[in-house]
Amino acid sequence: MNQERAPIYEALLRFKQMRIVPFDVPGHKRGKGNRELTDFLGESCLSLDVNSMKPLDNLCHPVSVIKEAEALAADAFGARHAFFMVNGTTSAVQSMILTACKKGDKIILPRNVHRSVINAMILCGAIPVYMNPQVNPKLGIALGIAPAEAERAIRQHPDAKAVLINNPTYYGICSDLKAIVDLAHRHGMLALVDEAHGTHFYFGKGLPVSGMAAGADMAAVSMHKSGGSLTQSSFLLIGGGLSAGYTRQIINLTQTTSGSYLLLSSLDLSRKNMALNGEAIFEKVCQMANYTREEINKIGDYYAFSREIIDGAAVYDYDITKLSVYTLDVGLAGIEVYDILRDEYDIQVEFGDIGNFLAYLSVGDRRQDLERLVSALAEIRRRKKRDKTGMFNTEYLTPQVIISPQEAFYAEKRALPIEESGGQICSEFVMCYPPGIPILAPGERITGDILTYIRYAKEKGCSLTGPEDMDINYINVCVGGS
Amino acid sequence: MQLWYTERHTPYVEFSIKVDRQIYSGQSEFQRIDVFESKEFGRFLTLDGFMMLTEKDEFIYHEMMVHVPMAVCPEIKNVLVIGAGDGGVIRELSYYEGIESIDLVEIDELVVEVCKLHLPQTACRFNDERIQFYFEDGLKYIRRYENKYDLIIVDSTDPFGPGEGLFTKEFYGNCYKALTDNGIMVNQHESPFYANDAIAMQRSHQRIVESFPISKVYQAHIPTYPSGHWLFGFASKKLHPIHDIKAARWNALGIKTKYYNTRLHAGAFALPTYVEDLLRDVE
Repeated sequence: MNQERAPIYEALLRFKQMRIVPFDVPGHKRGKGNRELTDFLGESCLSLDVNSMKPLDNLCHPVSVIKEAEALAADAFGARHAFFMVNGTTSAVQSMILTACKKGDKIILPRNVHRSVINAMILCGAIPVYMNPQVNPKLGIALGIAPAEAERAIRQHPDAKAVLINNPTYYGICSDLKAIVDLAHRHGMLALVDEAHGTHFYFGKGLPVSGMAAGADMAAVSMHKSGGSLTQSSFLLIGGGLSAGYTRQIINLTQTTSGSYLLLSSLDLSRKNMALNGEAIFEKVCQMANYTREEINKIGDYYAFSREIIDGAAVYDYDITKLSVYTLDVGLAGIEVYDILRDEYDIQVEFGDIGNFLAYLSVGDRRQDLERLVSALAEIRRRKKRDKTGMFNTEYLTPQVIISPQEAFYAEKRALPIEESGGQICSEFVMCYPPGIPILAPGERITGDILTYIRYAKEKGCSLTGPEDMDINYINVCVGGS
Repeated sequence: MQLWYTERHTPYVEFSIKVDRQIYSGQSEFQRIDVFESKEFGRFLTLDGFMMLTEKDEFIYHEMMVHVPMAVCPEIKNVLVIGAGDGGVIRELSYYEGIESIDLVEIDELVVEVCKLHLPQTACRFNDERIQFYFEDGLKYIRRYENKYDLIIVDSTDPFGPGEGLFTKEFYGNCYKALTDNGIMVNQHESPFYANDAIAMQRSHQRIVESFPISKVYQAHIPTYPSGHWLFGFASKKLHPIHDIKAARWNALGIKTKYYNTRLHAGAFALPTYVEDLLRDVE
């Protein structure tokens, strides 16, 4: 197909020339009704913020330009079908799970899934079967899923409907996707891939395998991350033999009926850009990431890790565009370096956890900005290096799922002071953000180790979210469950 | 024929020089480089359209960048110059026989080449054998060194574009590390007059104050820079720019200047009240 085309974008250009008089929504009427907003966001932006109509198609039931754009996107990603998503990759992930599972169905997934996955289970009543991602003891991060671990979970739960895999994790770690997809298929399960951080795998050379290339049934792809589209825009891809029509119905359960044309056109143009220039773009990003990694490793004490952590099992491949840096040997937690970079050096990185921070690189980066990051890290080490002793050692906390997330979410609850909640069944989330991986999910036992971890993460300034009590002094537990 | 060079100093203020002819125009990896000839200011160099120097008033800037720190510490031996591809700072440094080495770090080699060809008034001492050239990012260069330089002169462009890394805390911190115990850093410090320049000036001062125990600001009048009122930063580990001046020793060197003298030296650090207030706000 001709990837130079961008049907939604082209339709919007034609539409602008038609100078249609708007007696429809949105009420700002091409921005004229809201001057301040128009001055702020720009005339052309507001003039394209329009409603679905005949020349522009309709996201809920595409028949013309959106349908063509979907076909081009599917072609670019090597998928059988592509859905344009305007409610974040969260909605793409949700739609995968809701397509695969009904109430009471089991789904096999790694613990380090995104919150949106567990939320989807609250919606549909699926029961999680967690796979244990190995933990790299030095870096303190959850890794990928070794095929042996996937096989164990699949054999123990042969009635599960689907297996979900992160490709890659937030840190850039990839599992042996092809092997796990094949394993799932051999046992009659769907293979779903959360590619919120893996858009570039579809376009760059020498990067880990993509979900569609590995034969997965569905993949949720955050185009707005490495793909360059606007925040909140995303793709849901369908491979294999799933019915796109059923998934469309699922999407329409929760997706807006007023899909934003700003988001849709950004997806359309970004797909075109990726298809035409993606290879060159990611070659440059890889070069920049490799250069920065080398420079950071030259500083001393920092460890910007890369493909050397590949072990053939829990780390099958590594996404070298990610710049993850281990900081504990400087005597600082990743989250502390994250804060110092922003507060003292005007540098915002993507996230910090206890042992690491992650800088997100893209084609938009300039060489001189990379130098700033490296120099700031050198300065932080010179000024703030301290003894490593007393640092917390992270470890993977195996969740104890007692009841389904949905059951726990809707159960009768009471609030307990968090320190007194040991042994209870949690009815809400406790997320540590960044990086957005659950410490507790609804339906799980609150253990002593978990309480220790929460206390420490709080102390280190991680943002803990989820519980009704925003300060996390109290936590909701299921009545009668202990 | 009406051919004018115009620089926008604010969205509402422009500064123009009648151009006699354009001598050079080129694009490097980093920026657009132009050299013009004019009746009033002689030749002048612009980078991305921003005025860098004119033959008529460059002496003010270059003398103030070099002689102020040299008069405070005439025994300076090892000098690092960052930016300065036009050669003006190098020219002034070359008058000091006591200096043993001058490392020049300029990100854009083409600036040096163009100035050698078209601005001989400033680019006249690049053949001094004490100079080592490094064509790389100043921020990257400085990371490697500790306790190496007695003087660092930061002759940067404005804090946007290729020079923006030279206005950051990480850069000043790395300079501190690269200086000897008696070390001095002098930097181009923007202008206090127009609002946007003043913000850049305050930010820069704040970042230097955070990195150096002694951080003072001095001024000069440079007609072709926005508002004409320009500031320089003097930061050091130990030496005070006024109390520690060695006026007699400097005068004994017999260096011929057009702007700088040791009487003006102390006066340059006496700032207008509104500038003092701006600086105090961020100290």
